[in-house]
Amino acid sequence: MEELIKKIQQDAEKKISEIKDIKELQELKVKILGKKSELSEALKNLKDLSQEERPKIGALVNTARTKLEEKITEMEEKFARKNLEEKLEKEAIDITLPSKKIRRGSEHPLNRVIEEIEDLFTSMGYDVVEGPELETDEFCFERLNLPEGHPARDMQDSFYITDKYLLRTQTSAVQARTMVANEEKSPIRIITLGKTYRREDDATHSHQFNQIEGLVIDRKETKISLADLKGTLEVFMRKMLGDKTELRFRPSYFPFTEPSYEVDVTCFKCGGKGCSLCKQTGWIEVLGSGMVHPNVLKMNGYDPDKYAGFAFGTGIDRLAMFKYGITDMRYLYTNDIKFLKQFDRMDK
Amino acid sequence: MKLSLNFVKDYVDLDESLTVHQIAEDMTRVGNEYDSAEKLINATNLVIGKVLTCEMHPDSDHLHVCTVDIGTEVLHIVCGAPNVAKGQKVIVAKAGAELPDGTIKKGMIRGQESNGMICALFELGIDKKFLSEEDKTGIHVLPDDAPVGKDPVEYMKLNDDVIDFDLTANRGDLLSILGMAYELGAIYDKKVKDIDLSHKESGEDLNKSFKLNVNTPNCSLFLARKVENVEIKESPEFIRHRLIASGIRPINVVVDISNYVMLECGQPLHFYDADRLNGVLEVRQANKNEKLTTLDENERTLDETDLVISNGKESIGLAGVMGGLSTEVENTTKNIIIESAIFDSVMVRKTSKKILRSEASNRFEKGIDPNRTYMAIERACHLLEKYAGGTVRTGRCEYNKADLSDRKISVEYSQINDLLGTEIPKNEVLSVFRKLGFTAKDSGKAADVTVPRRRLDISIPEDLIEEVSRIYGVDNIEGKLPVVPMKRGSRNNTLREIRRKMVNLGLNETLTYVLINDKEVHKYTYDEFEELRLQDPMTEERNVLRYSLIPSLVKTYEYNKAHYNKDVSIFEIGKGFFKKGEVYGENTKLCALMAGEYFNSLNSEQKVDFYVIKGVAEEILDYLGYSSRYSFVKPKKEIKEFHPYQVAEISVNNDVCGIVGKLHPNEMKEDVYILEINLDKLLDKKTGKMSFKEISKFPEVNKDLSVVVDKSVSSSDLEKEIKNAGGKLFLGSRIFDVYEGERLGKDKKSIAVSLSFGTLDRTLTDEEVNEIMNKIVERLEKSLKAELRK
Repeated sequence: MEELIKKIQQDAEKKISEIKDIKELQELKVKILGKKSELSEALKNLKDLSQEERPKIGALVNTARTKLEEKITEMEEKFARKNLEEKLEKEAIDITLPSKKIRRGSEHPLNRVIEEIEDLFTSMGYDVVEGPELETDEFCFERLNLPEGHPARDMQDSFYITDKYLLRTQTSAVQARTMVANEEKSPIRIITLGKTYRREDDATHSHQFNQIEGLVIDRKETKISLADLKGTLEVFMRKMLGDKTELRFRPSYFPFTEPSYEVDVTCFKCGGKGCSLCKQTGWIEVLGSGMVHPNVLKMNGYDPDKYAGFAFGTGIDRLAMFKYGITDMRYLYTNDIKFLKQFDRMDK
Repeated sequence: MKLSLNFVKDYVDLDESLTVHQIAEDMTRVGNEYDSAEKLINATNLVIGKVLTCEMHPDSDHLHVCTVDIGTEVLHIVCGAPNVAKGQKVIVAKAGAELPDGTIKKGMIRGQESNGMICALFELGIDKKFLSEEDKTGIHVLPDDAPVGKDPVEYMKLNDDVIDFDLTANRGDLLSILGMAYELGAIYDKKVKDIDLSHKESGEDLNKSFKLNVNTPNCSLFLARKVENVEIKESPEFIRHRLIASGIRPINVVVDISNYVMLECGQPLHFYDADRLNGVLEVRQANKNEKLTTLDENERTLDETDLVISNGKESIGLAGVMGGLSTEVENTTKNIIIESAIFDSVMVRKTSKKILRSEASNRFEKGIDPNRTYMAIERACHLLEKYAGGTVRTGRCEYNKADLSDRKISVEYSQINDLLGTEIPKNEVLSVFRKLGFTAKDSGKAADVTVPRRRLDISIPEDLIEEVSRIYGVDNIEGKLPVVPMKRGSRNNTLREIRRKMVNLGLNETLTYVLINDKEVHKYTYDEFEELRLQDPMTEERNVLRYSLIPSLVKTYEYNKAHYNKDVSIFEIGKGFFKKGEVYGENTKLCALMAGEYFNSLNSEQKVDFYVIKGVAEEILDYLGYSSRYSFVKPKKEIKEFHPYQVAEISVNNDVCGIVGKLHPNEMKEDVYILEINLDKLLDKKTGKMSFKEISKFPEVNKDLSVVVDKSVSSSDLEKEIKNAGGKLFLGSRIFDVYEGERLGKDKKSIAVSLSFGTLDRTLTDEEVNEIMNKIVERLEKSLKAELRK
């Protein structure tokens, strides 16, 4: 009996080791361990054995069975591993093929610059306010100390709809609106940005363009001064045009400020050496600015004896052109997809 | 204003070491920009020569071969001018000379040696409009006494420098040589010299024979004088050349003197032929439809807003703008009446804009110091006596309502330093005023300044502060940041968020023009509004303000199509304008246009279709918090530019806020899809706050349902009915298949929906779910005549 069991085990082990695939293994498993297997038969025959032999042989059968089960499991695992490996190999791909492109849009470069300016000034405590593009003569001119018939005001430059309404020629209109709307006449620190319109179209002027305007008004004790204006514009221009940018203030004339200054920056093309862009002067005029004219304060409800402040404004289109090296202003408004798509990434 | 440096040096001394560029830059620093600063004659290597021989070129019918003595040598020169002749003194450009049109080289001209050029004045850079008829067509012939071998530019007194200033509108005072002299005097700390007004007077007082009648409030000062027996001839060289340098064409000594004085004093003068007046000059408003033939021989029709000069009977000139033809100074004129007057700036501005903007009108518009009105008329008498042989009649006719006095303004030193952010000491402030030619007295805390009348732009302390900053130098002021309470700036982020979202959905942002053509303005909408038309458009292409952004984006699409971009997904946030009744308004709108492929990758692509752009719309609405508040509905009225069956209005809280659809094939042959939302209208509607909803810990039960319905039943109707019947345990539905086919029968379709059920506190039982499903099916059968598909 002992011999027989040993033989059964040896035969089975041999068969297991010769097995070629999982299906044969399953069949063999039934054959070796199933109810009709030799081992099972051997167990059934236990009852025919003597009292002394019975436990001994029983243990022997169980040991053989356990051993065979282990062997089979081992084989099963081997086949499973092999199977998986084959499957994975079949799933091999060319990792250099193009990816599934998720469409990426882009922001217009002018709006990118607008956002940059907004973020700079909000970080300095300025509120961003908005005003209508369809303005009244009153806010666009009259309340800015530009009465009818004033030489600085020229019908040729404006798009009038009626005698009263026009497309705003300058974001300065928002200055007056902000002062009038502030009923407590508390200090003001705002910027406003947006589209403006003038009746001119040539290589360097578009009839539609964008401006930013800043206004700071405070009680006279605060002593808002030209030096403050200068410092503020230095921060602004250096943020936009680089830390090395120098500013030159030139006295000028705007009806809504007194004193008034035009501000030049070192030429962004040549860095001040002189080139065709700056007409060999090394400077490029970018900003208009000044201390708010007492008449403007008065006309919009602020007592010029108690309040003072500064204002400034500049065109955004040219800043954007410089920032991104755009060579022709027309690109900004023709909206060629090949142009727009270039502005689809983070900017340092 | 073109400034001749020779001219201004009559009144202020400038260091010889100062170059024209330095002067221009120094003027810029105090606020006076310039366009150009250069020599009047921009040519080198010129010499006076004498033509020794002049013969016709053997191989040409118009060229001459000349020998010219230039002192150091005799040059062989081929000359093409018709007027060249033996014995003439001429201007010779030697080989190597730089002229405005190029460099002169030695060479052969049709076989004849040519070692230089005999020059015409226009070849030296003088505009032909300033030249005499002979000089326009030929070389310039110098007087016989011209010294051979010397510099012709110096000899002709054309060695001048000119700065072309681009002046600000407030500095009318700088439209005069005297004004410029004061400005330069302030910069370089030099005193301005006196102007010579001296002349004799003779005869009976003019006031006995001549009358002034001013019958309008728009003339504050009017002076007249008479100069007799003037000789009409060419002006002296210095007058002619200074006029040319200033951009004015010399005519004859009388006309030239009126222009010369205008340049000096900034006061335009008008000279009348005295014998063609009736002993009277009247200033009045024109009558309606009054006719006047002006100097340029045009007949003008006037109205009450024009100011005219009349001889008592009829108008003979447009005040401050242009004289009349009938009383013009001619070659036969003997006696002249000089008018020196001030006319209302706004009135002159209006008339000149209609008729002609001239040197004179420009000065009246900017304002004139009445003291100069007196100065100019006396200066003209001085010059007419000296250079035109005239005799000045005794007496001056005057009408004067003008204020000639200087302004007194006090400015506190602290006020100056507070506004400029400086600590400029008292004496430096006072020195600035002195340099400017103002009188300033120190009264302790303030400077009491007397500002001469000529500075019409200065009227308040702030104006004086500007003067201090100009002359003290803004470069000397150190920039700093305002000391104000710290706070965080605020801004409305919504539009920025929408833009970001659109960019994330893969669309490219555009910026288009607001002005469009009137044929486009009413398209893509059934809204009724009055278009906003420009009074004075630049081109008819852009004559109205857009109402919708769609025409702008359609144009942008067409541009891109023409530039080989067929996959276009773009958007813009901008204003649309309208007028309803008497209300003028504008709305912020979001517009998107999509065409071609939305994406295309290896083995997978998605062409833009209605559902893609609808998806974009939903993304925006959901992102803004309107989910479950909006629906897509058939437009109330047909819009002919849209595909009639692929268009929907976006209704939020049952109010139409936008449109989404495909363009009609008549409108666009490609498949182009449009979305437009009126953001003002949309964002006016309240949304709930974003807040957390409890998540069930128990599994959801999902059931699929497939029903056959009439084609006319919309999927949104179906989902609405399901929701209504679903009760509290119904969580949501998702349509996953729509099928149409013959098997179902014509006009039928099947819709397959996946439904989910669940609750927070337990797993639902089969019985519960089946009960709801039955209710739903019953409801669909009843209200939509749906059949359950087995």
